Amino acid sequence: MLEVRGLRAGYGRIQILDGIDLSLAQGTVVGVLGHNGMGKTTLLRTLIGELRAEQGEIRFDGADVTQLGMHRRARRGIGYVPQGRDIYAQLTVMENLKMGEMVRGGASAIAEMIEYCPILEPLLERRGGALSGGEQQILALARCLVGRPKLLLLDEPTEGIQPSIVEKIQAQLQALTAALGLTVLLVEQNLQFIAALAERVLIIQKGRIVTTIAPEQLHDKAVVDEYLGI
Amino acid sequence: MAYRVFAMQQPSQRPRWWWWLFVAALAAFFITMPLHLELFVILEMSRFFGLAMLALSMGFLWGFGGVLSFGQTAFFGLGGYGYTVLALNTGATTGSVFFAIAFGMAGAAVLGYFMIYGRISEIYLSVTTLVFTLILEKGVRATSGDQYVIGTVRLNGQNGIPTVPQLKVPWNPSVELDINGFFYVGATLLVLVYLGLRLLLTTQFGRVIVGLRENERRTELLGYDTRRYKLGAFVLAGGVAGLGGAFYAMSIPLAHPEMFSLGRAADVIMWVLVGGKSTLIGPIAGVFAIEHFKGWLGTQGVGQVTLVLGAVLIVFVLVFQQGLLPTVGMLPEVWRDRRQVWRRILALPRTVAAVDWGVDELALLLVRRLARLIPGSASRSGRGRT
Repeated sequence: MLEVRGLRAGYGRIQILDGIDLSLAQGTVVGVLGHNGMGKTTLLRTLIGELRAEQGEIRFDGADVTQLGMHRRARRGIGYVPQGRDIYAQLTVMENLKMGEMVRGGASAIAEMIEYCPILEPLLERRGGALSGGEQQILALARCLVGRPKLLLLDEPTEGIQPSIVEKIQAQLQALTAALGLTVLLVEQNLQFIAALAERVLIIQKGRIVTTIAPEQLHDKAVVDEYLGI
Repeated sequence: MAYRVFAMQQPSQRPRWWWWLFVAALAAFFITMPLHLELFVILEMSRFFGLAMLALSMGFLWGFGGVLSFGQTAFFGLGGYGYTVLALNTGATTGSVFFAIAFGMAGAAVLGYFMIYGRISEIYLSVTTLVFTLILEKGVRATSGDQYVIGTVRLNGQNGIPTVPQLKVPWNPSVELDINGFFYVGATLLVLVYLGLRLLLTTQFGRVIVGLRENERRTELLGYDTRRYKLGAFVLAGGVAGLGGAFYAMSIPLAHPEMFSLGRAADVIMWVLVGGKSTLIGPIAGVFAIEHFKGWLGTQGVGQVTLVLGAVLIVFVLVFQQGLLPTVGMLPEVWRDRRQVWRRILALPRTVAAVDWGVDELALLLVRRLARLIPGSASRSGRGRT
């Protein structure tokens, strides 16, 4: 579904991604782990088109999307839930969900998403800015999924969320990926979270994917020390 | 009712029955006005209708789209001149009104295309629209020579075009509308434009416009071509300003370079801020309040009207940041929390007495304290209401 070859990108003269190669098959959940500043978020931002690729190729569903703008990639089925959620704070939960209708949404998609995320049901008339961090994260996820993306790019969904809520988000994500057969590229710092969701984990160092490990290996201290230095 | 109408409605929610009741009451108010008001007031009100459409165009674009455009006066002027020149050349006033709308939209489309697709930042967009307005004003002022003729119409430079044709009955073009008829047309158009913009906010287009104000990047990531939507809103607001310009030119009756001026651009900002930029009804109220206030100051022999208006604007910016109508709409809340409000008022002298810093800190403290007394001010959120 997603093929990335030799991807280089950065901010001005500072190059962050230094030749990323990766491929994602349909229905798989792949995690990306690495230290801060290694290029995890930059990778997602380049895949969605927020950052221009300086070199390399991004193929999605067989088509080259490297030169497409953000909204065109989103319409082709790439959904992105960025770090910090980015919900519309002044709009209600329902209005936020309706904003997700652009790609392949509709009233039924919203109803279905509320069914999958029952936590949102009593909050529909509440403003997005009045929700807790965990509720905002689930709203951001649900809003993105209303558009039925084929590929979901998730950037640190547990950032700034208290541990008890992280478990709820994890359960919610597991339920959604199973029910919708989602393909997910998940950037995360929380090892337990990524181990519970991902089928394989890519380790990114200095803008390159240096190895791929199985999620079970994240429980192995030696592996964690070697690649993540935690 | 006031609380609900002015302060509590989310932009993308379908209007409830009490909102429709409010619009009906507004329409009924306008319908009955000529029956009990003096001729002078009717003429003044007719002038205000054109200005209110200009304010609505700004209120929609700025309050909901988050785009501060000084170019609304440019499109207002284009509408006024477009109507006048075409109506004088052809004699068809109804068609010329549509042309004025189209002319305002075309101006906005050309300017907006280069600004929005050129991805210039918000601040440069504001500056560019201001420069565009000034260029048009200077350009029109420079058309005093005999060579500046369109068809049979001389543009007359500084003096403007004084013979703006009055609106005729569309199905009987030999009959000009009388003063009351013109008033009713203006009132109807204003209510329709307000209704149209309000209902537009409940559509996907309206939601995206509000989404752009909230977070343009996020909106694009959800698959929306944000530049197209932004340009759409800009063009629409240009059309509304153009309609206002045509109506204003008919009401004075004069198409004048002042329509493009910096002073007029500042007036629009003031109307919208004073009335409440988070609402659509606020800018309309701002026009009626400020223009009436200006007239009243004139009758009181106040020479420095601009100075007084500047002071009013400063008070609104510092204290009543949500504007007049949202603040009025919050009064029930003030009444409910009246004990707390009184406690704050009574604590004010003690707090001030405790300040031993410089004058600037004292001013800052006073302003902040005052602002905190007023619901809907800096400490409260109230964007995106109608």
